[in-house]
Amino acid sequence: MSLDILILILLVIASLWTVMTGSLLRSAIGLALTSAVLTLMIFRMNAPLAAVFELSVCAGLIPVLFISVISLTQAMTHKEIMEHRKARLFRFGELPLIVIILGAALGLISINFKAKLPLPAVEADPRLVLWQLRHLDLLGQIIILFTGVFGVVILFKERKKGA
Amino acid sequence: MLSGIFVVLLFIIGLYCILATHNLIRVLIGLEILIKAVTLLIIAVGQASGNTALAQALVVTIIVIEVVIMTVAVGVVLGVHRHTNALDARDIRKLKG
Repeated sequence: MSLDILILILLVIASLWTVMTGSLLRSAIGLALTSAVLTLMIFRMNAPLAAVFELSVCAGLIPVLFISVISLTQAMTHKEIMEHRKARLFRFGELPLIVIILGAALGLISINFKAKLPLPAVEADPRLVLWQLRHLDLLGQIIILFTGVFGVVILFKERKKGA
Repeated sequence: MLSGIFVVLLFIIGLYCILATHNLIRVLIGLEILIKAVTLLIIAVGQASGNTALAQALVVTIIVIEVVIMTVAVGVVLGVHRHTNALDARDIRKLKG
């Protein structure tokens, strides 16, 4: 239990660092770190398949996507970095305080959720659930993937000259 | 219960990031953190209700949707950068068709 609390605190710290750090590159790396910590938590919650997906896709692919975009865009000058640092400190300075106060308040309230819901018994294997119970989700995933592919193709299509 | 508190905290961090920044990449990073909060919530509820398999199936679906959204959003951000030479959300207030 104490290890779970430690991982969850680490998760919040990693996400805070991701949001508050000055460099966009560090933010992308922080996002990967947040995903890695979340993977640990998901794995400890007996969900290994979701943990593997989270680790490979969210901690691997998405930060790479962000880093590629950051490298394709123009870097800020030293003067701009200094101005942005001051503005960011003003905007994000109160966020850790908000998180600490809210966390302490929610911890003190101790709401008792009735988590044992009377749900119908389903398969114990996530693969069987996905293929037998939630097969429409797979269809939706395929449609969304195709939509994404077409979206990217349209976004990066070169305009004809004179158009 | 314990995960619920941290889900709320993660959600607040992501929402604050989206609301406080003007940088489009940071907005996407805030959105990512919001999705992580939702992922943690689904797994926690799945574990508490004894339906871990169903929760995992839903998380896999969420991750696929997340990747597609991020890919398209990154394309939009690059398009904005190509037009305005900046990543500032204030530069795209006047949208022209």
